[in-house]
Amino acid sequence: MMHFLATYGTQLLSKTGQHLLISAAALGLGVIVAVPLGILLTRMKHGANLVMSLAGVLQTIPAMALLAMMIPIFGIGSTPAIVALFIYSLLPILRNTYLGMQGVSPTVRDAAKGMGMTWWQMMTQAEIPLAAPVIMSGIRLSATYVIAWATLASYIGAGGLGDFIFNGLNLYRSDLILGGSIPVILLALLVDYLLGKVERAVMPKPLR
Amino acid sequence: MLLSMEHLRKEYPNGKIAVDDFNLEVDRGEFIAFIGTSGSGKTTTMRMINRMLNQTSGTIKINGKDISKMDPVKLRRSIGYVIQNTGLMPHMTIQENIEMVPKLLGWSKEKREEQAHKMIALAQLPDEMLQRYPGELSGGQQQRIGVVRALAADQELILMDEPFGALDPITRESLQDLVKHLQRDLGKTFIFVTHDMDEALNLSTKVVIMSQGKQVQVDTPENILRHPANEFVTNLIGEERLIRAQPNILTVSQIMLTNPAAITPDKTLEDAIEQMHERRVDTLLVTDKDNVLQGFVDLDDINRIADAHTPVSRFTQDRVFYVKANALIGDTVDRILKKGVKNVPVVDEDKHLVGIVTRTALVDIVYDALHGAPDANEKPASPINADIHAAATREGGEMPQ
Repeated sequence: MMHFLATYGTQLLSKTGQHLLISAAALGLGVIVAVPLGILLTRMKHGANLVMSLAGVLQTIPAMALLAMMIPIFGIGSTPAIVALFIYSLLPILRNTYLGMQGVSPTVRDAAKGMGMTWWQMMTQAEIPLAAPVIMSGIRLSATYVIAWATLASYIGAGGLGDFIFNGLNLYRSDLILGGSIPVILLALLVDYLLGKVERAVMPKPLR
Repeated sequence: MLLSMEHLRKEYPNGKIAVDDFNLEVDRGEFIAFIGTSGSGKTTTMRMINRMLNQTSGTIKINGKDISKMDPVKLRRSIGYVIQNTGLMPHMTIQENIEMVPKLLGWSKEKREEQAHKMIALAQLPDEMLQRYPGELSGGQQQRIGVVRALAADQELILMDEPFGALDPITRESLQDLVKHLQRDLGKTFIFVTHDMDEALNLSTKVVIMSQGKQVQVDTPENILRHPANEFVTNLIGEERLIRAQPNILTVSQIMLTNPAAITPDKTLEDAIEQMHERRVDTLLVTDKDNVLQGFVDLDDINRIADAHTPVSRFTQDRVFYVKANALIGDTVDRILKKGVKNVPVVDEDKHLVGIVTRTALVDIVYDALHGAPDANEKPASPINADIHAAATREGGEMPQ
């Protein structure tokens, strides 16, 4: 253990950094796209189902295949990996945003509008705060997925902790495999814990 | 004129006409109730006033200004809005809820806070409650907040959509008292939609009865009880309620007998006895030649007199108890019954004798008012009433979001 850290310590840190960066970028994009899209879907009578099933279909593409498909378009490196992971992150966020916004009581919406809130005020002061816990739990779920799948990104040259695992597999070195997968697991748990905290923080006080 | 609605019409794209040729003028300080069956367009009409819905044609003016030319957001901030399930923001404290519209209007923090304290006092709730969340309050307390929230920015006009529908009868009554107080003492103008006829009759200064998008009758509660426009209104009010309301809407002239046994003072004892015998009564009312009530003669008094030619004026008792023809029965019945007289002469404004009220007729009225007409209780609830109660919840088809 100490020997492993002494040999690969710096590498482990930089790979972890890479891993986090790829995951964060993918998740960030996912949030930027899926949250507004989910809100938009609640405003549309039709189309919500279509978009949701489309996101569902994307989710079913095997991770390896999706990553491979990115190469002809984006080449190799971190860009294709981020795009692929971003696609994976969409569904949970989209679905939870949609459900969260749907879950806001029509009475609250009616009152907010009837008292003279603009569309933007209704969103920012009433609906999004009330839907926030559900949206946040979608983001949290996506985050753990993305961190786990980012391991595969090393396959298309994006780096990250997956490098350890793939090297270990190629060289029959179980220390490398464990040295890659344990940090991934810890990372996923840590992020899940932290986002759980955030989820609680955005929850309206009386509902905690 | 605070609010005027002219030839208002709402037609949905599918051709359904929700409101048709609705006209109403509302003065400051009035309390208007919209009542009707489910789908009668009452909620739709109300929602057009703050442009939650836009009319197909017709105009709504507030203080003479056409609201279709106003910014809907600004309009809504100037009109109070109370809905059935309170519509309080669950994630905001009571204070934040009350301060909502003032905040939207950009009031300073100090002014908002001051207003919040004023409003919670108006709702007759403890000041500490400002820091609580709606979920920690009872339904009745929440709706109290809902009501005063609608006044927090000094709105003159308050719209209420079945505000007390979800509350138990006792809580409902205390809230009705609250809004009545706000209307009477603060001069606020209320327009409220209800399915509860008692609520409409008790609170409002004017009731608008609607059916299938049309106004069936628009009048004061008294006039509606007195003269229901048609059978629909009668059914809506309910037989029992009409009977119970009788003492307060029936006048003495409506229940009196019009042909009282009367005699003029110049007639003789003989004439009096003959007339009593003929009419089979033991008292006669005495009127002068202009039919003005003078007093009465009683058989007991007559028996003491020997001379058959004594004029009636000699033994007339002038201390006679009478009632006015246009008096309400509710106001007079107690006095009549307590006097213990068998019957009471009825006079017009100039004391001309116009009729007589018998004790029997009065007792019937009192009995009906207390217990309902003998057959009213056995009748199954009229289908219209049943329908209204079933429609206690919001009118589903009317509100596309």
